[in-house]
Amino acid sequence: MIKVSSDKKWQGALYSLVLVIVIWQALSWLLKLPIIPSPFAVLINIIQIFAAKMEIHLLYSLGRIMGGIALSILLGVPLGFLMGYFNRVDKVLSPLVYFTYPVPKIALLPIIMLLFGLGEASKLIMIVLIIIFQIIITSRDAVKGIPQEIFRSLQSLGASRLQVFKEVIIPASLADVLTATRLALGTAVSILFFTETFGTQYGMGYFIMDAWMRVNYLDMYAGIVILSLMGFCLFTVIDITERHISSWR
Amino acid sequence: MIEIKDLVVKYRRKNEETPVLDNININIGTGDIYTFIGPSGCGKSTLLHVLSGILKDYTGSVRIDGHAIDPKTQRIGLILQNYGLLPWKNVYHNTMLGVKIKNDQQVLDEYGRYILQQLGIDSLLDRFPKELSGGQQQRVAIARAFILKPDLLLMDEPFSALDAISREELQDLFLKIWKENNVTTAFVTHSVDEALYLGSKIVVFSSAPGRILEVVDNSCFQLDNLRFRDEYYDMCMNLRKILDKG
Repeated sequence: MIKVSSDKKWQGALYSLVLVIVIWQALSWLLKLPIIPSPFAVLINIIQIFAAKMEIHLLYSLGRIMGGIALSILLGVPLGFLMGYFNRVDKVLSPLVYFTYPVPKIALLPIIMLLFGLGEASKLIMIVLIIIFQIIITSRDAVKGIPQEIFRSLQSLGASRLQVFKEVIIPASLADVLTATRLALGTAVSILFFTETFGTQYGMGYFIMDAWMRVNYLDMYAGIVILSLMGFCLFTVIDITERHISSWR
Repeated sequence: MIEIKDLVVKYRRKNEETPVLDNININIGTGDIYTFIGPSGCGKSTLLHVLSGILKDYTGSVRIDGHAIDPKTQRIGLILQNYGLLPWKNVYHNTMLGVKIKNDQQVLDEYGRYILQQLGIDSLLDRFPKELSGGQQQRVAIARAFILKPDLLLMDEPFSALDAISREELQDLFLKIWKENNVTTAFVTHSVDEALYLGSKIVVFSSAPGRILEVVDNSCFQLDNLRFRDEYYDMCMNLRKILDKG
């Protein structure tokens, strides 16, 4: 079952890739503008410059985004679990979460930069600020959605709180948390790009903007393609993990 | 021995108190199996929640072998109508849950394997609950409870979600394993037939708030071919009369 659907997914991904390249190539032929180079020229450029010029930027971006996601999960999941499990914690924190969730966090960038400087800390904080809310809310709702009977079974066995967390809460909500992370990833990549255009000389965001300033469109496109590819790879990794651990569904 | 004395349970909702169980007094001897029958909403399940340590807000005294209820020290097997299995654990890990929590036991022992065999689920160990039929899921729940070697077995309408054929099959199977282990059992049901088939004594509850109308000695208990005997029909009539009065 799972194998068939994953084959289909790969077919879909391949089909989309071909479609994007065809449209891109068509546009480049039709418009004949330097701002839209042919996808094949970009591909050749990537092969030529990747190891020498792009690799370090990719590693920086990858480090920032994985750090941001890891930190959001490490902080957000336990918080969400506590809110889901203890009604009192939920009553105190939920209004706060709901109130701050719709605030456009990107607008806070100047404040974060003033407080935490132009370095890595403010970049990480921006990513965490934006994806942590989805993770908190999802983990809380996942815990709240666990049927009472399951808790009762464990209670009658005299399970400790730690055992309840280990045997019920974590396995029951892990898949949901990964789904939330996967969905937050798209936003996280945009934020990453944005934060990397300030106060750094490394990262795909810097690379793309720098190429643009130098009017090197081939490099700029190479950067966009690699950044998208990075997002796609992360997305796929989370997707596969998610399917693996939620095989019981 | 389970001793229930002057047990009163009230549900509190805002400023209102609704009595659910009213002045319950009963003793269940060690190794006995009591069935509890009564109209829905009469508090039968609430009684099981008290006995399993889930519900702590009650007055009166409930003691198991002279000790207050504490699921941490006592071994209580609970079997619920909707099985209470963990959907993310396969059959093997679901049946292991009780002994894992109680004894930190990681591998199924010989007795466990025997129980799984008796229940006919030893070939399904890798399956997840969603891949099982209702009857199979309930077998897993029964296995989990027996593997725990409980001091007290509590069953809350465990067979009522099953079709008639699997229900009778599972009743027989349960009775067979129960005879081998002789666990003190409180069995809640809404079926007169089931109460007669499985209970050495039958406790009849009134409608809400639940009171004990009568504790009936079941002369039919463990008779062969019970459902084809006249005694069975006499007892059925008798029980229905008591229920009607309540």
